[in-house]
Amino acid sequence: MLNRRTLLGALSAVAMLAASNGAFAQDNYDIALISKGFQHQFWQAVKAGADKAGAEFGVTVTFEGPETETQVDRQMDMLAAALSRKPDAIGFAALDSQAASPLLQQAHDAGIPIIAFDSGVDSDIPLTTVTTDNVAAASLAADKMAELIGGEGKVAVVAHDQTSRTGIDRVDGFVNRIKEAYPKIEVVSVQYGGGDQLQSTEITKSILLANPDLKGIFGANEGSAIGVVNGKTELGSNVVVIGFDSGAAQKGFIESGAMAGAITQNPVGIGYETVKAAIGALKGETLPKIIDSGFNWYDKTNMADPAIAAVLYD
Amino acid sequence: MTDTAAPAVQKSGPRISGAFHRLLAFSGLIALVVAFSLASPNFMQTQNILAILQATSVNGVLAIAATLVIITGGIDLSVGTLMTFCAVIAGVILTYLGLPMPLGIAGAILAGAASGLISGTIIAKLKVPPFIATLGMMLILKGLSLVISGTRPIYFNDTPGFNQIALGSLVGQIIPAVPVPNGVMILFAVALIASFVLSKTALGRYTFALGSNEEAVRLSGVNVDRWKIGVYALAGGIVGVAGVLIASRLNSAQPALGQGYELDAIAAVVIGGTSLSGGRGTVLGTLIGALIISVLANGLRILSVAQEWQTVVTGCIIILAVYADILRRRTL
Repeated sequence: MLNRRTLLGALSAVAMLAASNGAFAQDNYDIALISKGFQHQFWQAVKAGADKAGAEFGVTVTFEGPETETQVDRQMDMLAAALSRKPDAIGFAALDSQAASPLLQQAHDAGIPIIAFDSGVDSDIPLTTVTTDNVAAASLAADKMAELIGGEGKVAVVAHDQTSRTGIDRVDGFVNRIKEAYPKIEVVSVQYGGGDQLQSTEITKSILLANPDLKGIFGANEGSAIGVVNGKTELGSNVVVIGFDSGAAQKGFIESGAMAGAITQNPVGIGYETVKAAIGALKGETLPKIIDSGFNWYDKTNMADPAIAAVLYD
Repeated sequence: MTDTAAPAVQKSGPRISGAFHRLLAFSGLIALVVAFSLASPNFMQTQNILAILQATSVNGVLAIAATLVIITGGIDLSVGTLMTFCAVIAGVILTYLGLPMPLGIAGAILAGAASGLISGTIIAKLKVPPFIATLGMMLILKGLSLVISGTRPIYFNDTPGFNQIALGSLVGQIIPAVPVPNGVMILFAVALIASFVLSKTALGRYTFALGSNEEAVRLSGVNVDRWKIGVYALAGGIVGVAGVLIASRLNSAQPALGQGYELDAIAAVVIGGTSLSGGRGTVLGTLIGALIISVLANGLRILSVAQEWQTVVTGCIIILAVYADILRRRTL
């Protein structure tokens, strides 16, 4: 029984710590962010932005997300627990909007404002959505690809998944832009590696082996892009690689020239703007339907620019 | 408990110690509930208790299936992805083929039982160790779910009432103050049935006997393979119920979900006092184990504990629970 007692002690200590958080804040709003992921560097950057806004505006911000972006039911449990906590506002990035709709309705009925972020929520309930225009971002990747390979030849896409909004939008944005604007470029293969580096590496190698004359590959998220470069390096290929998002590995590849460049979202901005929009909603401000958190092309030439460096993360 | 093979003798031992452990796990659960209630006024609210139960329903059913297999001294790593596979089968029957709801539910449960039958046969007849056999099945089922669904979620929008299986509340219609979701009642029903099978049927007796001393059972002339396959098939059928529950809760079959869920189920089983070496365990213990996991996750979230630390605390609880079990066995 000693174990149980120690555990109880530890728990109440944790409880006290949690209770003392943000006790000095003026408004002391409690804002719960439920994201699509947690460990991934991208989500940690969103969290960093949210924490920054929390400190700046003196509100309590919590940030939670399931271990992988497939655990829809775990995300529902997190949302349900957040609702029980009775926060002042909720920021939410849905893994599956439909699955979340009963809980969102419950939040709405309880008068808790909901701010959608990242891939957003397919529903009328959120007051606004803080997001990257992924279609536009991926078509910028297509333009850069065309420029780098001289406007003709075969290219391929290695994406993370075909179920999430970002997966769909980035593939569509890239493929459609190539079709519309570059008739001499052919997208020979679109494959999905679950955002897993190793799996994306294997996929890339098989694409390269099947298409020896391939000119370029677009890796549609961080894990995919790293996998593409690894596959290229293992085979000693010179194919042009365009990545997405940042992270230490991709930044290193761009510096070394293994990757031509990448599209960066502004994850810190997503987190920051979500919290800011939540505070705005609580103060009764009117919010636009979409808050674009922006995206940028970056390569060896502009990586060090302060404006770009600020949105890149390790 | 050394070399006797008679199931009746085997049974009395585990049941007494099981009761003792249940008490221990149960007091742990109560301690957690009391601690969280004191720490936050938002914890002990009807809505939150219902959220905890709802969060337990899927893992609880999976853990009950895992309990049966673990008592035989085996392990089933495929429960998570099999659950997804069953959900996808329900999706195919209801959404793609447009058949009536009972057929979808029956199809999911049958698919689970069939998969369990295959796992059991691979283990019993081909002598592939359970860990490997079910690891293989885990991957096969994960892949098949993605293939069958075309890697996209299958929604149940055309089957009105499907989401009521887990989210609706028959209890709430009778007693409006406590709208216990149907999913939770299904968990309890599965627990009752599994308890009954374990304690009152030949299958249950052989489940314990296989885990205690399989060779002795074999030498006494029992068709060990057949009973073992039976246990895996029953566990598979129960996983099918979990598949229906999660599909109903999400109103969709999510083909990519499931991997990793087997570990939560196994965690609930060991916290509940079932021995991984087999021959000992109870459904009630597992139920309490699953509740401890959900209460912990929910309580720590309500207290706004950082997610990193939630994971650390959960890991500590698993080790503590099993250590308490070892201490108890040493003192007996």
